[in-house]
Amino acid sequence: MSEKADSSSPPPSSSDIVTPTLTELFLGFFKVTVSGFGGVLAWARREMVVNRRWLSPDEFNELFALCQFLPGPNIVNFSIIYGTRLYGFWGAAFALFGLLAPPVALMIVAGMAYSAYGQFPLFRDGLTGLAAAAAGLLVYTAVQMVEPLVRKERALQFLVALATFGSVGVMQWSMLWTLLVMAPISIGLAWRRRA
Amino acid sequence: MKDDLSTLISLAALFALLSFLSVGGAISAVPEIHRQAVEIHRWMSDREFVDLVAIAQAAPGPNVLFVTLIGHHVAGIPGALVATFFMCGPACAVAFFIARMFDRFRDRPWRMAVQGGLVPVSIGLVGATALIIVRSADHDWKTFAITAATFAIAYWTRISPLYALGAATVIGIAGLL
Repeated sequence: MSEKADSSSPPPSSSDIVTPTLTELFLGFFKVTVSGFGGVLAWARREMVVNRRWLSPDEFNELFALCQFLPGPNIVNFSIIYGTRLYGFWGAAFALFGLLAPPVALMIVAGMAYSAYGQFPLFRDGLTGLAAAAAGLLVYTAVQMVEPLVRKERALQFLVALATFGSVGVMQWSMLWTLLVMAPISIGLAWRRRA
Repeated sequence: MKDDLSTLISLAALFALLSFLSVGGAISAVPEIHRQAVEIHRWMSDREFVDLVAIAQAAPGPNVLFVTLIGHHVAGIPGALVATFFMCGPACAVAFFIARMFDRFRDRPWRMAVQGGLVPVSIGLVGATALIIVRSADHDWKTFAITAATFAIAYWTRISPLYALGAATVIGIAGLL
């Protein structure tokens, strides 16, 4: 969300756009996911628009807008939709497998290491530092997201964000109930703002 | 064995619901996962939860994969696979079917109102994620200073935040925290 891709570079002509094979689809998403430290989106854009030229910048932005509209993890949606457009079900399956299989395997190994060594003093001390730094990155992400609301003086939207934050973060109330209340209010406000 | 199965079912139910609720990305589901895993089901301590989120942040791959680590901690490899499958599966199914008809409603006013309306909500959720992780990770002025320094590096410099994660880990191993 914070990493909205810019569309300043000139769009390549349609003859420049490359259609990947199923294997290339798998390998492309594989490369994106293993390089994607700290969120994959920026890497997806670099790989698919600049390096491999599967999509023009405008196509990428449009596809990404759709992924943000859909529920669930954005990059997972991205792999499904792009894969489906090219090769239907198998396109989606190859893209998704390339995206998820390597990090899932890595996470399982990390989980085993944590179970085995997580209580060792050295491991604990390292994790104390890592967790504090990871918290700083999350604060950064949140600040980056809220800044546009403050800059454009969107007071009502800011209040919606603040109320959601208070309910889920401060009060630690249920996310489901919070969304059932806040989402209709916020969508109603957006509806009135349109035109 | 029965307990294992019921744990897996709880994991599946939780993540299947969150798959639909995580507006604006998986990171917005962290507060609810924390509430369920630590407060309600008592699958792990606060400290373990924040450890797992931190490990996932330091690893390559989509943010959503911290659910793989949570699932693994709760129920081993079956737990990891169930958590990942149910967090991604329902959303994938929706994406698969909507991909074909998006062109039909892309320019409709309601589509833009829904998308625009969800933005402030997701901002609030990500803020809540940050608050919950800060509260669990920072327990004295030294850890708080690490959080503040990492924020400052990410916000005001072009240095990759990975260096901050690495440096903070080394500071921890050196016994300074």
